[in-house]
Amino acid sequence: MAVGKVTFSKVEREKLAEVLWLLNWISVVTGTILFGLGLFLRVEIHKWQEVMSEQGILYVPHMLITTGLAACCINFFGGKICLDCADTNKFLRWKLVMMPYIICTFFFTSCVLAGALMCYGIRSQMEESLFMGLRNAMRYYKDTDTPGRCNLKRTVDLLQIQFQCCGNTGYRDWFHIQWISSRYLDMSSSAVVDRMRSNVEGKYLMDGVPFSCCSTFSPWPCIQQHLSTSSTQDKQSQQLNLWRRGCRQALLDHYTGIMQSIGLTVLLIWLFELLVLTGVRYLQTAMENVLRLGDPESESDGWILENSLAETARSNFNIIKNLGKCYQVDDDPNINVPTAAAEEELPS
Amino acid sequence: MPFMPVKFNLQKRVKLAQGLWMLYWFSVIAGILIFSLGIFFKIELRKRSEMMDNNESHLVPNLLILVGLLACGLNAFGGKVCHDSLDPIKFSKWKPMLKTYLLLCCGFNVLLVLVSLLCFLMQFSVYLTLAEGLSYAIRFYKDTDTPGRCFMKRTLDMTQIEFHCCGNNNFRDWFEVQWISNRYLDMSNDVVKDRVLSNVEGKYLMDSVPFSCCNPGSPRPCIQHHLTNNSAHYDYDHRTEELNIWTRGCLEALFSYYSSLMSSIGVFVLFAIILESVDMAGLKYLSTALETMAEPENPECESEGWLLEKGVKETFSDLLTKLKTLGRTNQVEGGDAPEANT
Repeated sequence: MAVGKVTFSKVEREKLAEVLWLLNWISVVTGTILFGLGLFLRVEIHKWQEVMSEQGILYVPHMLITTGLAACCINFFGGKICLDCADTNKFLRWKLVMMPYIICTFFFTSCVLAGALMCYGIRSQMEESLFMGLRNAMRYYKDTDTPGRCNLKRTVDLLQIQFQCCGNTGYRDWFHIQWISSRYLDMSSSAVVDRMRSNVEGKYLMDGVPFSCCSTFSPWPCIQQHLSTSSTQDKQSQQLNLWRRGCRQALLDHYTGIMQSIGLTVLLIWLFELLVLTGVRYLQTAMENVLRLGDPESESDGWILENSLAETARSNFNIIKNLGKCYQVDDDPNINVPTAAAEEELPS
Repeated sequence: MPFMPVKFNLQKRVKLAQGLWMLYWFSVIAGILIFSLGIFFKIELRKRSEMMDNNESHLVPNLLILVGLLACGLNAFGGKVCHDSLDPIKFSKWKPMLKTYLLLCCGFNVLLVLVSLLCFLMQFSVYLTLAEGLSYAIRFYKDTDTPGRCFMKRTLDMTQIEFHCCGNNNFRDWFEVQWISNRYLDMSNDVVKDRVLSNVEGKYLMDSVPFSCCNPGSPRPCIQHHLTNNSAHYDYDHRTEELNIWTRGCLEALFSYYSSLMSSIGVFVLFAIILESVDMAGLKYLSTALETMAEPENPECESEGWLLEKGVKETFSDLLTKLKTLGRTNQVEGGDAPEANT
């Protein structure tokens, strides 16, 4: 009982081959699109890699890049095969290659699906990575003289300006860390020394934020210092002229938006690849049946699976079991097995 | 004696027609590019028109848009003529229009030369408009409650952040204007009152700059206030400190951006002029080659093509006499009238 059986006439077979050739070429284009999307995501992640604590997120764009390249190669090869499949003589060339090709394409199509699902599933990992990364970046904001961290100040400032955000969760995160380096603090001043002594860890904490937290939309000049005790604000409603959003949320929204659109596009590409795969399977089975029948002009059947799903699974399982038994000798006629007749001959 | 004659056989004519058709389509693409460059330039001017006191001249982008559209139209027509040129029936439709078309192309080339010149010369006007506009922008920075100027602060802040600049010529321009509105000054404070009273015009001036002048690449947190007072900050010397705030003036930054944009557009228009001239020469050769075929029914015959029917000097003198006679059509010859009477 074949799964998905369809009868093809000669004309229909040729048409199927032509259509599949065209679809394979379109798949090469979608493969390049996949590659491009992976590259774009890689560049976007690279831009703000300094504020991410783990680099494991990079496996998503790398997966997309490899599947994109694989798509181009496989579908280019597939287009060539499908063009030859219209003719039974040329099909003989490809007969042995077809089955491995289809299995390869099936695995590759599942990789595309995995890539699409990864794009949606990575949000929680990204949030964790951004939380830790931003916390470290803010902690090392003042270390502009430490090799390896000289550019963190610039990166965080540019991040806050571009994404219109301040701090990790909000602007108060800056109150908990010392973001002014001791190099620029006047240690002879009693005010500075008092403040440092009053803190348990000897850090110079203050209720001020860097200039990059200032909002350009605010109608009045930016007030960065003495934020907890601003009296000038009493005249206005208590609106601060800093960015309200935390940078973690801003970056997360930015990357989630990108990955959702990429994920949707990859899902569509996966559906298209599945369609092409089904078509190639039908063409392969139809051409094999034509060869079996012997008459190139006759009608033939094409299917997805020769027997039902359960029987195919059982036969494949048996094949795998017997693979393991290849060195066991049960029925080999060349082995000398002592029989009852030979034993009887000896005494006489 | 024709000017620059070339002999053509059938193969050469076909090749010329095909090559010219390709070239006309390249010219259409060039026309589309000029059109898009005009639109882009117009958008860039509009984006920062507040920095130019809304006084900027849109002559160059408007001309570019017009010229781009004209180029597309003319070159598409030329391409169609080339495509039909090898079929005598179709070509006879276009033959009478060719002379007018070539004259139009000549005029269009002159217009392109004018546009290219303007791209380079109008940079002076942009510079002057920017200088005036930026000084107004700095003066009206604090007027976020005045209708028509509410967004000046935001635009100037974003310009200074984007172009990495501060003030008009340099950051000291901010010392000469009151950029903090009176609404946000605590007039009961003695320090504030003293400062306002000590100024002739009653303005609150200080040696500080807005936050948008800060350079994110500076190793120390940004020093915005008391910039010229070394003792106000630890380990600070305003004469040697270069990284704290942007040292470039916004006039220089904006002008270099616009002038490089206009220069590149000007160079591209020059390239388009060369392309158009080659197109015109090719079309002249093709049309004369097709006209001078000895046997119009036999496509294999040879023919000759040229740029000008007579030499350059003769063509010019012919043109001058034509222009002179055009002017004299309404004058009655003086000698004829008395003769008619006698």
